[in-house]
Amino acid sequence: MFKEICQKYAPHKDNLIQILHEIQDTDPQHYISSEAVDTVAEYLQIPANHIYGVLTFYTMYSTKPRGKNIIRLCESPPCYIKGSENILRKLKVLLGVNVGETTKDGQFTLELCACLGVCGNAPVMMINEDVYGDLTEEKVEEIIDKIRGNRK
Amino acid sequence: MSLKRIDLLICFGSGCLSAGAQKIKDRFYEVLQAKGLSSEINIIETGCMGPCDYGPVMVIYPEGIFYKKVTPDDVEEIVNEHFLKGRPVKRLMIQDEEDKTFFTQKEIPFYQKQVKVALANCGFIDPESIEEYIATGGYEALGTVLTTMTPQQVIDVIKKSGLRGRGGGGFPTHLKWQMVHDNSSPEKYFICNGDEGDPGAFMDRSLLEGDPHRVLEGMMIAAYAIGAKNGYFYIRAEYPLAIKRIKMAIEQAKKAGLAGNNIFGSDFSFEAEVRTGAGAFVCGEETALIQSIEGQRGNPTPKPPYPAVQGLYKKPTVVNNVETLGNIPTILLKGADWFASMGTETSKGTKVFALTGDIKNTGLVEVPMGITLRELIFDVGGGIIGDHKFKAVQLGGPSGGCLTTQHLDVPVDYESLKERGAMMGSGGVIVMNDEKCMVNVAKFFMDFCVDESCGKCSPCRIGLKQMLEILKRIDSGYGKEGDIEELQRLGETISKLSLCGLGQTAPNPVLSTIRYFRDEYEAHIRDKSCANKVCPDLMHFEINKDKCIGCSLCSRKCPVQCISGSREEKYTINQLPCIKCGTCMDVCPVKAIAKIPGMHSDVKAQREAEELQQQNQEE
Repeated sequence: MFKEICQKYAPHKDNLIQILHEIQDTDPQHYISSEAVDTVAEYLQIPANHIYGVLTFYTMYSTKPRGKNIIRLCESPPCYIKGSENILRKLKVLLGVNVGETTKDGQFTLELCACLGVCGNAPVMMINEDVYGDLTEEKVEEIIDKIRGNRK
Repeated sequence: MSLKRIDLLICFGSGCLSAGAQKIKDRFYEVLQAKGLSSEINIIETGCMGPCDYGPVMVIYPEGIFYKKVTPDDVEEIVNEHFLKGRPVKRLMIQDEEDKTFFTQKEIPFYQKQVKVALANCGFIDPESIEEYIATGGYEALGTVLTTMTPQQVIDVIKKSGLRGRGGGGFPTHLKWQMVHDNSSPEKYFICNGDEGDPGAFMDRSLLEGDPHRVLEGMMIAAYAIGAKNGYFYIRAEYPLAIKRIKMAIEQAKKAGLAGNNIFGSDFSFEAEVRTGAGAFVCGEETALIQSIEGQRGNPTPKPPYPAVQGLYKKPTVVNNVETLGNIPTILLKGADWFASMGTETSKGTKVFALTGDIKNTGLVEVPMGITLRELIFDVGGGIIGDHKFKAVQLGGPSGGCLTTQHLDVPVDYESLKERGAMMGSGGVIVMNDEKCMVNVAKFFMDFCVDESCGKCSPCRIGLKQMLEILKRIDSGYGKEGDIEELQRLGETISKLSLCGLGQTAPNPVLSTIRYFRDEYEAHIRDKSCANKVCPDLMHFEINKDKCIGCSLCSRKCPVQCISGSREEKYTINQLPCIKCGTCMDVCPVKAIAKIPGMHSDVKAQREAEELQQQNQEE
């Protein structure tokens, strides 16, 4: 499967970041495994340690398996000013995990991220590719419940 | 395409989408279908209309009626009353404090002082339709340029217009172009910097999402001027919609013969590609961005050599910001003099600002350069939310600085902001009310920069960390004499010695808050007090015994069991174990608990005892 993804791109080192994105996006656990790294290294003819260097530099990549739904709470100043700390506290309680951890049922991974560019509706979080703005503690509870309900 | 009676424009900018615009659109489809009106009414998804706080918003033409905060439950009423009976729904319109209702978009005070150039089509056209872009005059500038002008003539127009880079630095656009134009290298590249990482700025996202063809057209004109055949859009992966829209625009332009080989029958051929980032603030720095496109870690490289001399694949490269490109087509259509007639002596044209924070009208605005901060915050932004006063404004994200009430009449342009320790940056405007603690704000920005530093050069990697440690110390009540001076010394050194823009500007928020709010730093250090009761270690909670009814709710809810007492004796907080979570204050039914600025005497005494013990041990 990794090979097929690689072959969509020309075997040039410049395509590394795009290939890694696609591997991570198509993986059900949203991460890049060591087998994936080896395959990419072979395809692009570059050392695996270069790939690890790139992987660990960018915050969006993960080398550990993650949950089905990745929650990325914005921790930028506009969100902070509008109370993102309370939202984070609420998320931790609701999910029973700390930042960077995945819930036991594998449903959610809680992460923080820099500006999502929806500052007019701060505080904001992104779950997979959906953006949720003007968050309140109640709203967060509703959103999480809804995803849990729908996916069970 | 058949002509329809009503055009219903729904804002599908990220702000309105996050507020539920999709649900509104779906509901309209349902209701219109049920009533057999689908053939009469055109539903169009547009880019950002600006006032995010009112989202989801919509404009209904031909009248231009503006509705705010629409919910799916309102849809049926809009269709019945407005579409069928011609009676617009007044309760969904914007009203001011004197109950004046604003019917059309044009009347709303939020739009009064705005002049839209880069954002001209944002919120007015369907960004996924090349026909709509062409209908507003799109690609006309490209056609004119390719068929009637030489590259040098294009550069001369941009030079005359006085356009400067909208990404932050404000470098004259024509200079970069001229340098690459003059280079004899057969291979040259053009990069559009869409890695908008500045917290509090979202104009690039909105422009890419709301009018992608404009950015593409701007890029092609620029590429023609410098002699590049390949262009890259480098966009953050956090902006999936922007990536989708720009890819779509490239495809559409190619199909229409407006990109690809021999555009407009000229000798000019151009290929555009999209590259995504992967979450690194430093990649907004042009040299880091180039590394990232090449498939490397986004580490900046020393300048010189500048990208204009040795950029992507070591070839001459121009890197321009999204908003800068958004201005290009209009400048060529309307002329350099028209553009230069707006703005100030050194800063021409308009600038897009993202208003956020404690301000009434959060959102995206485009105003002429030289507007004062007061006009921007109070006239366009509507002033401060709630019963609070304006305290400070952070301009230009983590690279910018904080200005205060004394600067409200300062004209907003590159030079005047820089003089006062702030900067234009990408145009993020974070407004803060009088409840904010500036030491805490500075610490927050520093924390962001420490996280985002790429770690390549030591002034930035080690120096910023040192500054953060000092700020944390001050914030937690361990600040000592000389800390302020140490912060200033470190800040100035890091600014001078860092390799790239991130490190060079990261100390700005700290330096500017020391400059204008030094008394707050001093109160934190000397009096161990946070006047605004923000820093947990420098404030405490107290129970007013006269008000306390002895219900024990606070004691039962306290997560660290530090509240004790009885119905008769009332309750007291044991200050030493208190974690300042505020639960007691939230649950108290009679509001007997208050936040008091300053460290409690018990805590102070304990800390002094600890320090003494430590000193003794060291001796």
